[in-house]
Amino acid sequence: MVRELTAVFIGGYLVFLIVLLSKLASGKQEFASLIQALDSPVSQVLHLCVLVAALWHSVTWFNLTPRALPIFIGEKRVADTLVAVVMGYLPWLVVSMIILWAISEDWFASVPN
Amino acid sequence: MSDNTKITLEVFRYHPEGTGQTASKPSYDRYDVPFHDDWVVLDALNWIKDNSDGSLTYRWSCRMGVCGSCGMMVNGEPKLTCAAFLKDYYPKVIKIEPLVNFQVERDLTVDMEQFMEKLESVQPYVIRDDVNQTDDGEYKQSPAQLARYKQYSMCINCMLCYSACPVMGSEPEFVGPAALALGHRYNLDNRDQGTSQRMDRMMEHEAVWGCTFVGECSTVCPKNVDPAGAIQQAKAASAQKYFKKFFVPKGAGK
Repeated sequence: MVRELTAVFIGGYLVFLIVLLSKLASGKQEFASLIQALDSPVSQVLHLCVLVAALWHSVTWFNLTPRALPIFIGEKRVADTLVAVVMGYLPWLVVSMIILWAISEDWFASVPN
Repeated sequence: MSDNTKITLEVFRYHPEGTGQTASKPSYDRYDVPFHDDWVVLDALNWIKDNSDGSLTYRWSCRMGVCGSCGMMVNGEPKLTCAAFLKDYYPKVIKIEPLVNFQVERDLTVDMEQFMEKLESVQPYVIRDDVNQTDDGEYKQSPAQLARYKQYSMCINCMLCYSACPVMGSEPEFVGPAALALGHRYNLDNRDQGTSQRMDRMMEHEAVWGCTFVGECSTVCPKNVDPAGAIQQAKAASAQKYFKKFFVPKGAGK
C-alpha cells in the first residue's frame, strides 16, 4: 500500500507545477524569483522526497502492467518481466532521454539567473 | 522438540444467542495446544474442539487448500488455516480471528450471504444464446483458449481476498475481488456468449471501477488467481465497451 501513499507526493508536486506555470505566465521576474526561492535545503529535500516517491510509483506501476495486460502466444503467457520492460521501462527510458536532451540543450541556457 | 511443547492460541469468541448471562460479548480465549512441526492452525483448532472446548465454532472441510472454507485471520492476516503452519509462528502466541469485512455469526464463522449475492450477480457460469443438444457434442476448446482464463478459474471462494481488500472495508457495496475475477473468467471463456449481460453488472461503479488496484487480494490469494490483475483487464474491457457504443451503431456487433 506504499504505492497509494506516493500519490500524495505526486499530487502535491502537480499542484507545485501549476503554481510554477502561473508564475511563468505572470512574467520573467516572478518566475526567476520563484526559481531562486527554490534554491534552499528545504526545497531540495522536498524535491528529493518527491523524486523517490515518483520513482517508487513508476517502478511498481510498470511491474503491475503485465498483470493488467497479459499477452499470450499460443498457450504460453509472455513472461511478466519482458512485458514490463517492453511496455514500461523501455519507453520510459527513451522519453526520459529525449526530455533530458531537450532541457540540457536549451532550457537551462534560456533561464535568467 | 519434546513431546510436551506447547503453543498458545488466542481465539476470538462470540456467541450472540441467549440473553443476560448467556449472551456473550466478543472476547478472546487463550488455549495451550500441543506443538508439532507438521501441525497447521486448523489442527490446533481441531485439538481445542476435541480436548478443551467443544463449543468453539469454525468452518473447515478438506484440510488441503481445496474447499476454501477454513479462511480466518491469523495474526491479522487472512489465511487458510489448513495452510498456516504452527512452526512459522512458534514460540509466539497466535491470534485467530474471523475474516474481517464480514459479519460474525459465531466465534470464527462469518456470514457469507452478501458474498454469495455478489458472486451470483456477475453470473459466473457459461451463458449461451443457443444450447447444444447432447447429439451435437460438446463445445470445443483448444489448450490456447483454456490458457486464457485458466488462472482465474482456480478460485475456491475462500474469501481471503475480501478480508485483504481495503476498498471492501470502506465500501461494503463493492462487488469484490473473487466475484469480479470469476466474472472475468467467464468473459474470457470462448464457449461463453454472455459477456454483454455480465458486463452490465461488472461495469458499475461499485464493481470493477471500485477497485483501486492496491493488489492485496492477489497477495493473500492461496491459489495465485491474481484477482487484481483480472479486475484491471475487466476495466480495460469495460472502457472498450463504453467507447464502442459511440462508434458502433445500435444493435450492430452485439
